[in-house]
Amino acid sequence: MRPSPRWLVALPLLLAFALGGCADDGGSGGGVQSVKLSTIRGRDKLVCGVDGKLPGFSFLGPDGTYSGLDADTCRAVAAAVLGDPAKVEYRDLNSSERFAALASGEVDMLARNTTLTLSRDSAGGNGISFGPTTFYDGQGVMVPVASGVQSLKDLDGKPICVESGTTTELNLADRMREQSIDYTPLKFQTGDQTYAAYLGGRCVAVTSDRSQLAAKRSSFPKPDEHTLLPVVMSKEPLTPASINGDPAWADALRWTVYALFQAEELGITQANVAAKVAEAEANTNQADLRRFLGVEGDFGKQLGLPADFVPKTIAAVGNYGEMFERNVGTGSPLKLERAENRLWTEGGLIYSPPFR
Amino acid sequence: MRPARAAPGSIQRSWAHALRQELFGSPADSLISVLLISTIIAAAFSLVRWALGQAQWAVIQANTTLFAVGRYPVQQQWRLWLLLVLVAALSGLSWGLLRAYPRADRSGQLWPFNDRLAVGLLGFLAAWLPAALALGFPLQWRWCGITALLVAMRWLAGHWGRSWPPGLVKLIPVIWPLLYLFGMVLIAGGLGLPRVSPSEWGGLLLTLLMASFAILLSFPIGVVVALGRRSQLPLLRWSSVLYIEFIRGAPLITLLFLGQNILGYMLPGGWAPDRVWRAAWVLTFFCGAYLAEAVRAGLSAVPPGQLEAARSLGLTMPQALQRVVLPQALRIALPAAVGQFISLLQDTTLLSLIGLLDLLGTARTVMANPEFLGKNAEVYLTLAVLFWCCCAALGLGSRALERRLDPTHSPA
Amino acid sequence: MSRSLERIPWWRDRRVLPWIVQGVVGLTLLLVIALLLGNLVRNLTAAGLLLSWRWLGQPASFDVAESLVPFDASMPYWRALLVGLVNSLRAILVGLVGATLLGTAMGMASFSGNGLLRRLARGYVEVIRNIPLLLQLLFWYFVVFLALPNGTAAFQLPGIVLSKSGLYLAWFSQGFSWQGPELVNEVWRAPLRLSVEFSALLTGLITYTGAFVAEVVRGGIASVPKGQWEAATSLGLHWSASMRSVVLPQALRVIVPGLNSQYISLAKNSSLAVAVGYVDLYSVSETTLNQTGRALEVFLLLLGSYLIIDLLISAVMNGVNQLVQIRER
Repeated sequence: MRPSPRWLVALPLLLAFALGGCADDGGSGGGVQSVKLSTIRGRDKLVCGVDGKLPGFSFLGPDGTYSGLDADTCRAVAAAVLGDPAKVEYRDLNSSERFAALASGEVDMLARNTTLTLSRDSAGGNGISFGPTTFYDGQGVMVPVASGVQSLKDLDGKPICVESGTTTELNLADRMREQSIDYTPLKFQTGDQTYAAYLGGRCVAVTSDRSQLAAKRSSFPKPDEHTLLPVVMSKEPLTPASINGDPAWADALRWTVYALFQAEELGITQANVAAKVAEAEANTNQADLRRFLGVEGDFGKQLGLPADFVPKTIAAVGNYGEMFERNVGTGSPLKLERAENRLWTEGGLIYSPPFR
Repeated sequence: MRPARAAPGSIQRSWAHALRQELFGSPADSLISVLLISTIIAAAFSLVRWALGQAQWAVIQANTTLFAVGRYPVQQQWRLWLLLVLVAALSGLSWGLLRAYPRADRSGQLWPFNDRLAVGLLGFLAAWLPAALALGFPLQWRWCGITALLVAMRWLAGHWGRSWPPGLVKLIPVIWPLLYLFGMVLIAGGLGLPRVSPSEWGGLLLTLLMASFAILLSFPIGVVVALGRRSQLPLLRWSSVLYIEFIRGAPLITLLFLGQNILGYMLPGGWAPDRVWRAAWVLTFFCGAYLAEAVRAGLSAVPPGQLEAARSLGLTMPQALQRVVLPQALRIALPAAVGQFISLLQDTTLLSLIGLLDLLGTARTVMANPEFLGKNAEVYLTLAVLFWCCCAALGLGSRALERRLDPTHSPA
Repeated sequence: MSRSLERIPWWRDRRVLPWIVQGVVGLTLLLVIALLLGNLVRNLTAAGLLLSWRWLGQPASFDVAESLVPFDASMPYWRALLVGLVNSLRAILVGLVGATLLGTAMGMASFSGNGLLRRLARGYVEVIRNIPLLLQLLFWYFVVFLALPNGTAAFQLPGIVLSKSGLYLAWFSQGFSWQGPELVNEVWRAPLRLSVEFSALLTGLITYTGAFVAEVVRGGIASVPKGQWEAATSLGLHWSASMRSVVLPQALRVIVPGLNSQYISLAKNSSLAVAVGYVDLYSVSETTLNQTGRALEVFLLLLGSYLIIDLLISAVMNGVNQLVQIRER
């Protein structure tokens, strides 16, 4: 048996370690020209990274179509950019691979219940560009009713299931450390495995965004046997994202989402959008409405989008309120209240800057 | 070879006597045998009771399409059926022709025992499997039809293959790669067929596609790199060594990690293939390195005199390699290479760890479906049987091929 | 050679040809590598992720389930990665020992005089080798170990408790007081605990690698000339005695090099731990990638660690090999 020449591989490795020592932290973003919009147009398809297994947000139905709040966000952007909400190619991404998929350009945008945080936003961190938050969430804990667990203190010494690579994992560590509760984090790569282990009884609790827990619970065989603890461990603003360094594309994404908010504020719905456009065209006095619907002015052009991107978007998915009701609201299997996700006019956090 | 008391030469003894000798030769043996027999019976009994009583096979029956082809669009699935028909026909044809030529089966029989057994098995599977999976009647008939086609082609080619023009017979090895390319077109789209994106392939289809793609393409890579590693030229040798050791030093999952998370940065924008193809290329280069080692072992087993003799006959280096050295080396390398292919087929399950919907990935998605939560045992057992059959079949095929290529094997 | 020198065109000259071939190959490789690395540097710079190791010192802020090295979320990333490495090494070491024992037993059993035992050993190898390891791991974890009862219903023997949350063993705690497993607040506690994740990983690794080791051992024993068996038997040695003192020592010469590659693949296969929730090096690396986005550095660390583990195993096995080789006298 001759000694293995495997040590050869170590040479380039050593070089890399040495080089890394000299390189400085986080080089500043090179001013790359905006190409994403033209790439999307050239391809005539928007590639949208989603979760794909989360009822209410993005879920692949048995008929092979995606539904949910996140999926509708993809559709809205496709309608705005390409004029057709069907021109979306969904990519199921797990939480560990989503940022790499975005950074490497594999997907044009993420609508994958992703929490906006400083380190994900900053150039020295993950360096991605976030749009407006589409769902204000908080982290919760679900336990079986039979376990008798009432608060975090009751989880002392017990295993808790958590999906790895999420902010959830970090918040859990923080909260438990604050209250000096000793626990065992059981981490799994995918939500499937996490909930499989929870239902298998391997852990006493599972933690995630409250909306996700509600969504998963609705799909359990016996939803009544599980309950959400009355704790909110963190703020989880779930936000669509695009790559850093393409401001024009980020703006197009941002204002498409704002248009959904604004439409709700103006009372424009999927059903009445055509009538509203006709009204705006007929009535030259309604300057706000005319500008918003692209009858007047060049907002679309300023964003690199068609002039009528707002009516196209609303016609495709409705306004934000309709999206919410359809996918996660009290009429859906998830039965979530609007709560923080009401319009600012009703005391919520959903607010669009002015279209002007 | 089997030392100790189990001498293979003594077959004359009666069956019962042999059994007694083997199982109850000494008191210790008897004790072991009794323990083993009771354990085996108990295990078999509880397994059968579980499989027939407690197990709920609906999780398999309800998801056959997902397991077979994943999310492949229903309107386009006729393309896969067409491919299956073509593969069955060509397999039957090749099988029959192998038997039609006397060198193929050295006993000269047209229907040797193994073949009759195989046909019987196929017939049984075609009749039983679709019914057990609770497929609809049209699908059951389709499976029977495809099996019948395979057997019919085997029969036709077996009986009349010898009278067919030799040109046709020589075409067979060319038709297989062409069929593979055509199959790719059928699956992925093109030539007027609507495109089906790789993210919609799944289940067994994706597993077989990934495995076959990697096996086919890793072969040339393996041969070239093995030749490179044995080359006199230092640059070729060192770069081959570096490639082989880099791949073999790392777990496959880290290489898939490289493919999914870093390859995108290494290629110019837009060049990076879809992540299914990225994984396919990683598997290919992974398998190539291991194959190179198998081929290298084969190369070093060929006496150096062979190359020298070929060269002194005036063959150029490429000619000598291609006509004299490589055929011998590849024959020697065959068992190791097939072993590698088997493990590659198994390694495709790692695709599920990077979120692709191969057979295992599909299985895990199915088990996340609220309707089938907790049906782990049924699903994993089915998959295990499926993989076992595929791998065992590959192993059997390789042994048959080995015998066929063995020049020292004397015809009966 | 020289007589035909002027008639041979220069591109077929045996003195020039190697340089041309090497030049072409070298240039192609150089171009490909330059293209890949160039893009990598450009894209990473644009993303602000160019090679750097400073992030290793920042707090990891995630917890790990089990660790031999003291760890909490406030410790830096390098410490988390170290925890992963130690956990990996633990699985590899225990796995090596277990797979060797099981494999040797099965390899020897395939030469047993008892036909049933022999066929059972062969059957084990044939079944295990043809089923993917990942599938086996998932089976052990989700089907076998997660089906274990919990709490008071757990399997209990004196000093040993096997439950859904792990295997609990009695051991010395706080000095020399022997302490067995006890149920506190519906959770078992014991000085020595193997989590079910670790147990599932080990069971899977050992049964899988054991089958390959059995084949290596079988090949080694088969390589010992038959005359050795006969000689040993004619000296009046029993089967087990001739196996132990005559055949195995000779077989080791063939077995040890074969074991080397099986050990290395066990080490690499241990990275599948991530599928059963055991926190090994790969698992920590993946979490680290998520929190930092530093794909390249994490990959290099992974590659380097497994390379070192491979080299270590090879070095040890080389030493063992030299011990068992027959010295020519």
